[in-house]
Amino acid sequence: MLLLGPSGAGKSTLLAACAGLLGEPHRVRADGVAEHENGGESEGAVLLDGVPAARARLEGSARAGLLLQDPDAQTVLARCGDDVAFGLENHGVPRELIWPQVDEALRAVGFRYGREHPTSRLSGGERQRLALAGVLALRPGLLLLDEPTAMLDPDGAALLRAAVRRIVAATGATCVVVEHRVADWLDDVDRVVVLEPGGGVVADGSPDVVLQLHGARLAQQGVWVPQHLPVVRRPRRGSASSAAPLLVARGLAAGRPGAAEPVVRDVDLSLGAGTATCVTGPNGAGKSTLAYVLGGLVPPAQGSLRAQERLARGLPPEPHRWRPRELVTRIGSVFQEPQHQFVASTVEAELAVGPHRAGRSPAEVRSRADELLERLGLARLARANPFTLSGGEQRRLSVATALATRPDLLVLDEPTFGQDSRTWTELLRLLIELLDEGVAVTAVTHDRALVDVLADRELVLGGVGHRPLRSPAVAS
Amino acid sequence: MTVVGSPLGGSVDGPGGTPGVNPQAPLARRNPVAKLGASTVLALGLLLSVDVVTAGTALALEALALPWCGLRPAALLRRCGILLLGAVPAGVAAAFFGEDAGPDLFALGLITVSEGSLTAGVAIVLRILAVGTPGVVLLSTTDPTDLADALAQVLRLPARFVLAALAATRLVGVLAEEWRSLSLARRARGLGGTGPVGAVRTAFGQVFALLVLAIRRATVLATTMESRGFATRQARSWARPSRLDGGDVLLVLGAVAVTAASIAAGVAAGTWELLLA
Repeated sequence: MLLLGPSGAGKSTLLAACAGLLGEPHRVRADGVAEHENGGESEGAVLLDGVPAARARLEGSARAGLLLQDPDAQTVLARCGDDVAFGLENHGVPRELIWPQVDEALRAVGFRYGREHPTSRLSGGERQRLALAGVLALRPGLLLLDEPTAMLDPDGAALLRAAVRRIVAATGATCVVVEHRVADWLDDVDRVVVLEPGGGVVADGSPDVVLQLHGARLAQQGVWVPQHLPVVRRPRRGSASSAAPLLVARGLAAGRPGAAEPVVRDVDLSLGAGTATCVTGPNGAGKSTLAYVLGGLVPPAQGSLRAQERLARGLPPEPHRWRPRELVTRIGSVFQEPQHQFVASTVEAELAVGPHRAGRSPAEVRSRADELLERLGLARLARANPFTLSGGEQRRLSVATALATRPDLLVLDEPTFGQDSRTWTELLRLLIELLDEGVAVTAVTHDRALVDVLADRELVLGGVGHRPLRSPAVAS
Repeated sequence: MTVVGSPLGGSVDGPGGTPGVNPQAPLARRNPVAKLGASTVLALGLLLSVDVVTAGTALALEALALPWCGLRPAALLRRCGILLLGAVPAGVAAAFFGEDAGPDLFALGLITVSEGSLTAGVAIVLRILAVGTPGVVLLSTTDPTDLADALAQVLRLPARFVLAALAATRLVGVLAEEWRSLSLARRARGLGGTGPVGAVRTAFGQVFALLVLAIRRATVLATTMESRGFATRQARSWARPSRLDGGDVLLVLGAVAVTAASIAAGVAAGTWELLLA
């Protein structure tokens, strides 16, 4: 079953209730509303095998397993086998039965490491499948998946879906998935339920019927519905190869701190004004590491990265030697996790930080902030705390903070990761405008649709050997 | 282009994969609770007195046991560096500013080093090393998961707290990664490079951001653990048995013997003096 609805509809809360995580109400008011110790309220009941879900969980009889979005935060223990065994121990399964069940669960999710493998060495996709094995070892009759592939690369996501498909077929478990990307699960679901904020269930039926009736509306709310995918086009003016280069890499290598060997080597790249370069490749290929170097945040491990005079404007050619306030007026970096970049207590103040540090006058700082708030649809949130914004709003704000100092080059790390289709469309339109204004855009991404719309050139990292820069087959 | 490592390489690894450490060595593979007990016995015994003979004897006897600890000398020295960092200044301070006794060796203004204060300084260095070395061996050769198993099963500490603490230690590695991202992000925002005052302000903001991220991660982790039946009313089983055997008893008895021998040596030499007396 696929659970759809705009953000704020309570999809995740419903899954938590099914998993018995909302706790038992400590008193029920006369009007039938139950009050919970954490101040929450609930009405009605969720029954698992006829028992209220919260009580079933506390007694250990709940046959519901929950998988969440963030792979990093779902690993409990340091060794893979121990991590899977954790749930079995909690349920008091006798030791001699634990290890066979652990091995069975690891096999079922297609895990290629042994029990002793350290969880710290897993990729995001592997971690997520390990978490699935941890859920599966408990032999749940009800499998609850809350956007399980939102943070995975396409290969990792496909492997996870394949594992879920096999498990559901083999065990006959009921599976409830919350997911924005409808197409990924459409072939596997028998039933689609649509939730509305405050409105409860607005549709419940077969995928064809529900999407026929509600598809357009869901798409408007940001759900990726197959027949209503967003269409963004980038009109091409002039040829990318004639663009004036801003930053040129020769034999560039980039490594993680403390690592003996660089993750990325032999990168030859020229980033030109008004052109878009996309860097793609699987998780672990060093895309983010390369983005840090291109953004002037860390020095290259080997090779050279030289800013041309148009970009350096009198500074030495190596971006990592620039002072922070000099850097922000030349190269803007947008991190994968917006929250890493927030340094102020209001949205407005956040936009003033960069220009202020770059020495702009207060009036100029103010007008630039107002302009960006308007342009990115954040005006009504000017006084809100950045940490309280929704995922899409945080993403737009993190892009806006980088644009506030008018850099000539923008480096973005997974800008569309986990975004709904509305934010995706707004973001792409904004990037196209920037390209037209002559900003060089470099995006590290897994998002094929983004590459297809935006890229003048694509650099594919990872694997054995080295695929050179190529121009995607886009009509100019 | 070559792919090396995983995106999260650099997080906490078990000691099994640490260079210079052999977790299967006779003393290293003892039950963590036995190792903890042995270290505690030595520490308590040596805390009673500060004197060169007792601490020196203990350190010498501990050195005899080192070949069975599974730590290569180079690895041990590297890990003991932090101990020396604390021990040497403490010893020097005692030698310089400690109560003087016996003939003065040299004097410089307020600083007088006498035979008595120099002996006290040496004794302090030896005592810190004698107490610290077993601790270093314990930490280097003990896997946190095994320690948690032992604390809960052997010492019967509440499983809920032990396991929650264990799960939290894994997040420390994740937070180290986050800290690096936050540092780079500050540079990307134009912060830093403005001298010590600016650096302190930036660091405060960064600590706050790290706390917010840590709480968010911890909330997800707690939800995961609860959804897998953690902290419920049912009795728990243990996938990895942890119990004491003869070797573990021998280890603790050995520590008692070393402590007793050191104190006996100190008393025999007439240098042993009960601190509280």
